[in-house]
Amino acid sequence: MNVVVCVKQIPDPAAPPSLDPGTHNLIRAGKLILDDSDAYGVEMALQLVDKAGEGEVTLVSMTPNGETSGLRTALAMGAAKAILISDDSLAGTDALGTAKVLAAAIKRAEPDLILAATESTDGYTGTTPVQIAEILGLPSVTFAKKVEIDGGSLKVERQTEAGYDEVESPLPALVTVTAGVVEPRYPSFKGIMAAKSKPVETLTIADLGIDAGQVGAIGARQEITDVSASEERASGEIVVDEGDAHQRVIQFLEQLKVL
Amino acid sequence: MSIDKIWVLAEVADGKPITASLELISHAKSLAGTVEAVAYGEGTSAIAGTLGEYGATTVHDVGDLGGSLPGAPVASAIAAAIEAGNGPDAILFPATYDGRDIAGRLSAKIDRPVLTNVVGLVAGDGGLTTQHAIFGGAQIATARFVGDGPGLFVIRAKSFPAETSGGGPAEVVAAAATESGPTDGAKIVASHVEERTGPKLDEASVVVSGGRGLGEKENYALIEELASLLKGAAGASRAIVDAGWVPYSHQVGQTGKTVKPTVYMACGISGATQHLVGMKNSKNIVAINKDQDAPIFSVADLGIVGDVHKVLPKLIEALKARG
Repeated sequence: MNVVVCVKQIPDPAAPPSLDPGTHNLIRAGKLILDDSDAYGVEMALQLVDKAGEGEVTLVSMTPNGETSGLRTALAMGAAKAILISDDSLAGTDALGTAKVLAAAIKRAEPDLILAATESTDGYTGTTPVQIAEILGLPSVTFAKKVEIDGGSLKVERQTEAGYDEVESPLPALVTVTAGVVEPRYPSFKGIMAAKSKPVETLTIADLGIDAGQVGAIGARQEITDVSASEERASGEIVVDEGDAHQRVIQFLEQLKVL
Repeated sequence: MSIDKIWVLAEVADGKPITASLELISHAKSLAGTVEAVAYGEGTSAIAGTLGEYGATTVHDVGDLGGSLPGAPVASAIAAAIEAGNGPDAILFPATYDGRDIAGRLSAKIDRPVLTNVVGLVAGDGGLTTQHAIFGGAQIATARFVGDGPGLFVIRAKSFPAETSGGGPAEVVAAAATESGPTDGAKIVASHVEERTGPKLDEASVVVSGGRGLGEKENYALIEELASLLKGAAGASRAIVDAGWVPYSHQVGQTGKTVKPTVYMACGISGATQHLVGMKNSKNIVAINKDQDAPIFSVADLGIVGDVHKVLPKLIEALKARG
């Protein structure tokens, strides 16, 4: 059971985000870490391979600047190796361009299953995984809250607006997982040490036969023309509770005729 | 790109088009001469009247999917309809689980980019311009496509009002059948509907939501009780949904529901940007949090700096005493 997990290395979400004033691209300088949303996919993959008794987890990721520290975190959790596509021309790539690059790399790994988060924490476009599935000609199941492999086929509980659906699919397939799907392990010290020497194959887009015109800002075929502050809500009233604040809430609701 | 024709994905739930799709049809009518819907499933003829009332003149019927997840087959059908000629200048999708799947797969199929998280859409010279709430809604980015259409747009619920324009029923036209291929492999074998009492979360005029500040799963009962006393719906932050305290259907935020109630009460919720995106446009916001620096206070009309374990029970008791 070979599983590929698509992972993204993002600026630390705790730090205030900012846009490049010229291009309006998200600034991705400074330390990049493994997107928290991807820890669930990595953990799910490790558990599925473990259950199958054979196979391995390969990470696939894209970066404009050769960064690998987020990958090492996922390798420390137990993934076997990584494929990193690193190329200057990737700066400003949109979701579809990203999907084309990742799909080309994933194809080389020939996995039985591809996992990804439902969306990244920094870009949250949310379409890249199904775009990858379409490019590779594979079925996809998104928003999985439970994933099992049973007799060579995929069984997923997929969230819906009304509750959840039980979905089945043949393999190979692509699944996006929600945060509740598993509890990600913390890498052990042994895992962190081992991660340092696990293979990270670095490729350029030329290695994948992809033209620079398909990626980057040009390939994106979209642009941000303006960024401005949204209308701020007027500041509200603050009440420090000293035992009676609930009365103020009741008064507030009465004024609104909710009560 | 001038805008002559817009298609809107009309998703159906409980035999009716979802409100988000009706919002998109009404808005599309203000932007383009011709608005057509795309629908799938068995009930297209039954919804043609409603689609027409809101402004669609035609509905392309993809038909029964035979249990398949909609993403791949509906994307194929739309791609084939575009190929057949008379395709649209733009296609609008509601930001639902299936809407996102269909838009993403179509994007790859016809090699056109897709803009998501759209909250505003206007026509100008050169085509449609979108607005996106970024950084938790603190800023608005304006964007547009560069190059050939059709433009694909995934739009958040409640971005536009749903307004009827008195049109007659939309004409139902069968979308050309497409060959089912390997991408169509995912099938629904069973559907589970969660029990719900009270109003729907995204339609309620009062929403009471709980977050990690509640401390433990059992304390969510306070949220449910307060919601019930106020005849509202109970919501949740992503943190407690991920922790398994409540089902995903309660989640408000970036990947949960967008709500715009008359009153939104955020209890023990810090106000992370991905939560704010789902509730920041509520008419009135009350927040209860023991951390005076919690970001939720920056959007609250009434902020109570206090412990939810103390404030909520007193609030509930006082409401009950009123009878």
